[in-house]
Amino acid sequence: MSLKREVTCVVCPMGCRMEALIENNRVMEVKGHSCKRGASYAEAECINPTRTVTTTVRVQNGQLPLVPVKTDKPVPKALIMECMKEINRLTVKAPVKAGDVLLENILNTHVNIVATGGTQCT
Amino acid sequence: MREVDLVVIGGGPAGMAAALEAARCGVKRILILERDQALGGILQQCIHNGFGLHLFGEELTGPEYAGRFVQQVQEMGIETKLDTMVLDISPDKVITAVNSEDGLIKIQAGAIVLAMGCRERTRGALNIPGARPAGIYTAGTAQRFVNMEGYLPGKKVVILGSGDIGLIMARRMTLEGAEVRMVCELLPYSGGLTRNIVQCLEDFNIPLRLRHTVVEIHGRERLEGVTVARVDESGKPICDSFEYVECDTLLLSVGLIPENELSKAVGIKLDAATSGPLVNEAMETSQEGIFACGNVVHVHDLVDYVTLEGYRAGKNAAEYLAKRELRRTEEVSQVRAGSGVRYVVPHSIRSGVEGEIKLFFRVAGIYQNVQLEVRAGEQAVYSVKKKRVAPGEMESITLGPKVLEGIVPGDITVQVKENIA
Repeated sequence: MSLKREVTCVVCPMGCRMEALIENNRVMEVKGHSCKRGASYAEAECINPTRTVTTTVRVQNGQLPLVPVKTDKPVPKALIMECMKEINRLTVKAPVKAGDVLLENILNTHVNIVATGGTQCT
Repeated sequence: MREVDLVVIGGGPAGMAAALEAARCGVKRILILERDQALGGILQQCIHNGFGLHLFGEELTGPEYAGRFVQQVQEMGIETKLDTMVLDISPDKVITAVNSEDGLIKIQAGAIVLAMGCRERTRGALNIPGARPAGIYTAGTAQRFVNMEGYLPGKKVVILGSGDIGLIMARRMTLEGAEVRMVCELLPYSGGLTRNIVQCLEDFNIPLRLRHTVVEIHGRERLEGVTVARVDESGKPICDSFEYVECDTLLLSVGLIPENELSKAVGIKLDAATSGPLVNEAMETSQEGIFACGNVVHVHDLVDYVTLEGYRAGKNAAEYLAKRELRRTEEVSQVRAGSGVRYVVPHSIRSGVEGEIKLFFRVAGIYQNVQLEVRAGEQAVYSVKKKRVAPGEMESITLGPKVLEGIVPGDITVQVKENIA
């Protein structure tokens, strides 16, 4: 059973509107891309879409109440809201600095939650 | 009165870049005045990624990008006053500022770099009818609340404006558990990047209503809902299309305006199209020894270009201080926005400048299959084909020394030419 799926590319500002032909959960063909990166993106989007999640984590005893964080690698798109729940359960103690790993291997994805900004103790 | 060689007003990416470059060029007494509690400017609250692709080849978050420059400022020992608000600049470069430690401060500056950034257009400026219930914020204010102060502004959200800030906040609010009911956009197209339409709206099935606006606000103490309507070709609401949407929060992402109150106070000439100062290729304003860079000149899309502009302003401020003036010349090219172009920066180019000059501009509408052309009088001196250009994506054209030699001091026009072929 073949399926046609429309994908808008986000790799560069061109935003090519592509069409992917999917058969048996494999991308057989991509049309409408202007470059190889676009075709790869279309394939990934159809089979295993992933996203980097950026959010904040609560801090205890810090000059700031929050620090910004990111997933150090993209996570499966379907797990975004689950990841948010996990991250929102955390409270870390000050001091925090950018680069600190605040949570390892979130939801068994081998992706870590890393601080992108820091704060000192009050 | 305290004397400082270079005072930089604003410690965001533009101001930090200017201060760093001035220091690298040998300026000794530099002072950055920043009204917030930390350096970094708006980047502090832009916790999403996508910054620094051009400058660092990496996709950094706002705080990470800012952090690189804050570290350099600290390493170079550049003096900074935080929590400090500049109230006035006099034509002879006396700066009046205030903070709770020093009280009222007056500083005699040798040169000044304006890097105050921009502010958001508000509901008052839009004249949306209704009482003044709680729950209405500009998208940037909501962003600060969520990302730095730890407050969720509301649970059921309508967003007016599909520029990048509106799109980013649609995602952010959703991630924190709010329901974003829709994003309304007055124009028939979104001003935001395609990647944001995909990753902020499509990913979360948030409807984008093009040619729509908010016509009324409901609720007395707290927002209860808004009335949205479709608009016609001229932007006027169509009465038959009025629709009530229940919500407790309205976020406005309806325009950024360069913050030039101080520039006006000192008498600097502004460009009506950008709402920022007129600048020459050295980023010097109409007042000698006063330079400007970053969003205060024109609102940027990429912080990488803000940094480069800051370097340019800092370098020229240093030259001004060393020689007590930048080379004055009668021979200046005026750079004009021609057909299809809203504005071009810099507004003028002096003759005899070394090296290449980058022109930054925005087009007036979405064009497909066109040529971006630089004309000197009747002659086209540079031309590039573009598949698609849009107002939301700043364009740049580099003019090399040979090309410049041939043009300056004649006037230059940047325009969009439709492809007949």
